[in-house]
Amino acid sequence: MAMTDLPLATGVLSIGDLAGNRRRRGRERRVRRFFVAAALTSLVISALIVGSLAVEAGRFVLSVDLSALWTTGWFPREGFFDVKTLITATLIVTAVAMLVAGPIGFATAVYLSEYAGARTRRLLKPVLETLAGVPSVVLGFFALTWISPHIVQWIEPAAPLSNLASAGLGVAILTIPLVASVSEDAMSSVPRSLREAASGLGARRMTTSLRVVVPAAVSGLVAAAILATSRAIGETMVVLIAGGADQAQFTASPFQPSLTMTAAMASLAGGSDAVVGQGNAYQSLFFVGLMLFLITFGLNVAANRIVRRVRQKY
Amino acid sequence: MTVDLDSAVVAKGAVAPPAPLPVLTANDLQVYYGDFQAVRNVHLAIPRNEIVAMIGPSGCGKSTVLRCFNRMNELIDGCRVTGHVCYHGVDLYDPRVDAVEVRRRIGMVFQKPNPFPKSVYENVVFGPRIAGVARAEFDGIVESSLRKAALWDEVKDRLKASALGLSGGQQQRLCIARAIASNPDVLLMDEPCSALDPIATGRIEDLMHELKADYTIVIVTHNMQQAARVSDRTAFFTVEVSSDSDRRTGVLVEYDDTEKIFSNPSDSRTENYVTGRFG
Ligand SMILES: Nc1ncnc2c1ncn2[C@@H]1O[C@H](COP(=O)(O)OP(=O)(O)OP(=O)(O)O)[C@@H](O)[C@H]1O
Ligand SMILES: [Mg+2]
Repeated sequence: MAMTDLPLATGVLSIGDLAGNRRRRGRERRVRRFFVAAALTSLVISALIVGSLAVEAGRFVLSVDLSALWTTGWFPREGFFDVKTLITATLIVTAVAMLVAGPIGFATAVYLSEYAGARTRRLLKPVLETLAGVPSVVLGFFALTWISPHIVQWIEPAAPLSNLASAGLGVAILTIPLVASVSEDAMSSVPRSLREAASGLGARRMTTSLRVVVPAAVSGLVAAAILATSRAIGETMVVLIAGGADQAQFTASPFQPSLTMTAAMASLAGGSDAVVGQGNAYQSLFFVGLMLFLITFGLNVAANRIVRRVRQKY
Repeated sequence: MTVDLDSAVVAKGAVAPPAPLPVLTANDLQVYYGDFQAVRNVHLAIPRNEIVAMIGPSGCGKSTVLRCFNRMNELIDGCRVTGHVCYHGVDLYDPRVDAVEVRRRIGMVFQKPNPFPKSVYENVVFGPRIAGVARAEFDGIVESSLRKAALWDEVKDRLKASALGLSGGQQQRLCIARAIASNPDVLLMDEPCSALDPIATGRIEDLMHELKADYTIVIVTHNMQQAARVSDRTAFFTVEVSSDSDRRTGVLVEYDDTEKIFSNPSDSRTENYVTGRFG
């Protein structure tokens, strides 16, 4: 039967019957626009930040003598912008922090998710959250006045009070709760049925944790590590106070004071009136900021890749 | 074969064959979840190389009793077991007994297929690997276990592929293969076919018949025909509601040869249940 043979519906309804309430539809549109705008705000802000960083950083690179980027230290007011000083110091602090916070945070997570009973967990989780809530200024002073003399100088008596290792340990304390809670969430969400399968086959708790739960939770664990690394790279107050921000000489030793990227920016910004107009010191702030941004951004991209690859294996 | 294991019932007739020593016995078993008593006074003996079916309405404690046989209840917070479960004469709940050793000998297949998110191969060798079996034996174990579980032909070309890519029925047979690979003595199966179609169910039932030669099997099932088809003995559980406190406790009503349970049960509650008149 051809379409034209069908009887046409006769006009019982007019368009007005189905048009609905005009005012209400208008309001719906406005609400929608509001939410779109809200979502766009953060996008626009990010774009503005990256834009302003890039412009000033570009101005810096163009105006500075490129040999000044590879000298023996970071002295912006004197025109020495040794990039490797900042990067090395940042790497040392981050490495120390992750070497300590990684295993401790991860082991805490395994304990909380696989060993602890419900009551212990209820008791311990708030303690972790309290640790996460300690202001980083406080931790900076703790690193300088306690960790440095009692731990770092005990390992290396020749180390000065301000040094990168103490800063790294301080940052480690800050990131342990982050590693622990993100890893714990990842492991707790592994279905109970998998744990039962493993125990049913005669696996001990340790075996179940390491051979079944951890592999199943691996994407969450990688995420925890990356998040914590980003946090460690971006941490400012602890490294500024305990790392020896006034010593900007290049060093590859964790037992020496030096300047991380964040500490360099903070100490520059602290005296920013003075900085303006002094050569390229003001612009160097944006240059370091852009580097910092690129590193964290790269880390997140890498994390996504790793997670996707590892996940496909299963 | 009619072997009466219940010592309370004296075998009538002249020459009953000598009762083989049971593999598992439950004596005066009581299970509590916190304050709640889930199961009361269970006496049960599982003979070697037989299939024992446990049937009964939902919530009557079949899974709970089954999990007592390999101490899986310990993984549940607040679960407490009293009485005795003996395995070849050893009390499983003796403090000197290590639950891990028990579970290596008494394997379990769960109601929902729960393969690890690993390859088919890794799933099967999980048990042997943690038990320290030499790697050189893995290939042989994988093939023989998958063959026994009637899965080999379907997966032999994708042993390295993820087990999660298998169908539900294949996953369940993989879980059976995984349990067999550890070479247990007893296999506990909690509604192993409830997620399967009739063909896969038939395969698993055939499989159980074959496995009987080497293993002792306890199966929980809601499918009466299945119990009648596969088992040698059947235990019927039900829920007793106490009149004064509204507490619901699981009890073992009757345990006998499957044929007797389904044709001529001694308890009217059993009869009502197996004939579908359960109220
Ligand atoms: N983890 C638990 N915590 C508390 N109570 C439980 C737990 N597991 C089971 N129960 C209770 O114990 C009783 C017996 O449960 P069980 O799972 O053994 O029943 P079942 O016979 O296997 O039922 P189904 O046929 O539905 O699987 C039920 O009343 C149930 O609510
Ligand atoms: Mg059950």
